[in-house]
Amino acid sequence: MKETDLHFFIDSTVNYFEEITGYKPITGIPYLKGAEPVVLEYTGIIGISGKRKGSIYITASGEMLQTLAGIILGTKEVGSPEIKDLIGEVANTISGNVRQAFGTDFMISVPVVVEGKAKDIKTPDDIQSFVIPLTWQDHKSFLIVCLE
Amino acid sequence: MSGKFKLMIVDDSTIIRKVIEKNLAIFNVELVAMAADGKEALEKFKETSPQIVTLDITMPEMDGLTVLEEMINIDPKVKVMVVTALSDKATGLKAIKLGAKSFVGKPFTEEKLKESFQNLLNQLKSGE
Repeated sequence: MKETDLHFFIDSTVNYFEEITGYKPITGIPYLKGAEPVVLEYTGIIGISGKRKGSIYITASGEMLQTLAGIILGTKEVGSPEIKDLIGEVANTISGNVRQAFGTDFMISVPVVVEGKAKDIKTPDDIQSFVIPLTWQDHKSFLIVCLE
Repeated sequence: MSGKFKLMIVDDSTIIRKVIEKNLAIFNVELVAMAADGKEALEKFKETSPQIVTLDITMPEMDGLTVLEEMINIDPKVKVMVVTALSDKATGLKAIKLGAKSFVGKPFTEEKLKESFQNLLNQLKSGE
């Protein structure tokens, strides 16, 4: 994957938060993922197939997702099922939107959600993973892009 | 029968189903079914015969475009509004070609959803 491709993911992520909440996230400088795990409390994973192969995941704290779900649903009564659902939907929307740049051969899977701080999220060894740090309303999260 | 249009909401996300339900409650519609995957959607479609369907594309069991084709085969008059993260033009055109009457990309604002739905209702009322 070219580093310039990361812009599509950054744009898609910024657009998601701005459109839904009116607040843009601040994106940090992307870096190559090393051996250290990048996993928070909830993670939404999308598999990519077709012309490009790999995976994309976003990982966030429960607190951030609770705030986001509260804005979307217009209520403070947000439980764990909604939070889990939301991280999958965020991953799905960010990945789906980049098809505008990559074309219809960019096929996305339904989301898989991991609850709890896993040791790490396994990505293919032979493909580089880039980490995009995000801060939205003082909440930190990370988007990881692992794409051929 | 209350004279309301029968609505079905199909999306694998609980949150999206809730948001769509909440926003469309202001219209003259009766929610007759919700489904979280393509297979369930078709079963409930046959059971409840909705006149309007909001339909996601990326779903487990069966994708939304296949569901759309099936729904149109069962009831050619059904008005389907595709609501999807696959917001590229080619996917939109494909959905319209298959028979969808409206296409809304995610993430959507409440205004955008309501405006698109109102257009769909207008089509239904005018018998288009």
